[in-house]
Amino acid sequence: MKISTLFYTIRQGFVNIFRNKWYSLASMATIASCLFLFGLFYAVVVNFQSIVMKAEEGVSVTVFFHYEGDGDESHTEGQIPSESWIEEFGQKIAQRTEVSDVKFVSDQEAWETFARDHFGDAYEKYAVGFLDNPLKGENSYEAFVSDVSMQSALVTWLESFPQVSRVNHSALTADMLSGANMLIAYVSVGIIIILLAVSVFLISNTVAIGISVRAEEINIMKYIGATDFFVRSPFVLEGMLIGALGAVIPLWLIYGLYNYVLAYIMDRFSILAGFLNFLPVDEVFGVLTPVSVALGVGIGFLGSIITVKKHLHV
Amino acid sequence: MTRREMSWKKRKEFIEENGIIYLNNVTKVYSKGSPAINGITLGIGKGEFVFIVGDSGSGKSTLIKLLLRELTASSGNVYVMGSDLAKLKHRQVPKFRRNLGVVFQDFRLLNDRNVYENVAFAQRIIETPAIEIRRNVPSILATVGLAGKYKAKTKQLSGGEQQRVALARALVNHPSILLADEPTGNLDPKNSWEIMKLLEEINQSGTTVVVVTHNREIVNAMHKRVVTMKKGVIISDEEGGEYIDED
Repeated sequence: MKISTLFYTIRQGFVNIFRNKWYSLASMATIASCLFLFGLFYAVVVNFQSIVMKAEEGVSVTVFFHYEGDGDESHTEGQIPSESWIEEFGQKIAQRTEVSDVKFVSDQEAWETFARDHFGDAYEKYAVGFLDNPLKGENSYEAFVSDVSMQSALVTWLESFPQVSRVNHSALTADMLSGANMLIAYVSVGIIIILLAVSVFLISNTVAIGISVRAEEINIMKYIGATDFFVRSPFVLEGMLIGALGAVIPLWLIYGLYNYVLAYIMDRFSILAGFLNFLPVDEVFGVLTPVSVALGVGIGFLGSIITVKKHLHV
Repeated sequence: MTRREMSWKKRKEFIEENGIIYLNNVTKVYSKGSPAINGITLGIGKGEFVFIVGDSGSGKSTLIKLLLRELTASSGNVYVMGSDLAKLKHRQVPKFRRNLGVVFQDFRLLNDRNVYENVAFAQRIIETPAIEIRRNVPSILATVGLAGKYKAKTKQLSGGEQQRVALARALVNHPSILLADEPTGNLDPKNSWEIMKLLEEINQSGTTVVVVTHNREIVNAMHKRVVTMKKGVIISDEEGGEYIDED
């Protein structure tokens, strides 16, 4: 394509938009609302996922072992693990893919933690009263899972060892986090697909109107010897421009809104600051901007190409 | 000799033997009804001026559409400038049409643009460099007598002037053939004659001109070749002929 033709195509793309300015504005507004909702969903979802991931990092499984004097009289041979077996078992846990970290908690550490949690600052005063460690022999491993949905598989595996006396875990937390994650993902994908389909339909209509308005010109072009590309490209470009412009507006709005909401929450609910780990605006927009623009341009391209193929028989 | 040169030589020989336009036993049947064109054979030589006349429904418009490759023949062959139009691929049609100039009864101008832009549009479509467009358009506007009105919007022009703009647009790409479908249909006698004089001048410069018309007075006065059609067939084809009144 010659440069002059390229400029002509771009100019005609803009001319088409201005010629049907109301329809173009309507299409732009629809795409803008779709992408605004998409942007909102995206911002909410990535922040929720970030919070869930933080929460997941805190979800752990604690595994305890049999030991002499644990009150169980029915120990069979080999059921009480040696120190080397426990050490080796720790390495086995660490090698599992769903495990992000493993920490050995000795009976002494367990008691100190318990005492500190219960007595707080008065720990020194009350805990000294205990001459022996009440948790003696309660050595354990705390395994942190990288994916909560895999927690039950890890528990089943841990419980299959005869040396393991019990495995503590919170099935409810794991299931809730995993379920909420999936639900949000499915609902967002569903809504976004519907919105995108509506946008394609509207752009398609706008371009179809543009084609009908310019029917005479297209007819003349055909008789003079214009190629299919020459006739069709301004309409395709029109759709892409509408899509691109429709993408920029919501990005600008969401950027302002995101900063405002973040500042508002941090100001009014500062108590939640430790729990709610919001992503910085640059991190959200680093992905949202190119994805929104690509979606806008893509919707515009798809909508116009469908219409051009359907209505423009060159 | 290269394959391309051979192909051009063959085409030239074909045109010399059969004419720049050659229809061989051509029939066109639309999906419903009787044939619009029924087995016609017609040759038009390079540089000829031919009137195609006939009543409504005689097949004149279908003939023009076949020559423009807007329609394809149901049977028979249509050759234009040596190309068998039935064998022309869809993507080859634009290039083929660049060798044809077309003028219509209703002018078909772009009313939101001025005279210059209407003519330049035809050049822009075939990707003529801007510098050439700036040279060619004023020259062709001078040829049709509209040099002083290049800035005028087409709606501000008279019917005759609008048809001159259409003519300028058809001629600016230097076509080998000019097809005019009822070019005087919307014009008064004075403007009609001026347009016909222009067409004659264009023909004298070497362009083959085919005019479809109802204008008996003009046909009879110009003493050109007249092909008369009736109900899809050619009923007469005479050099220096007259418009035969069928009623």
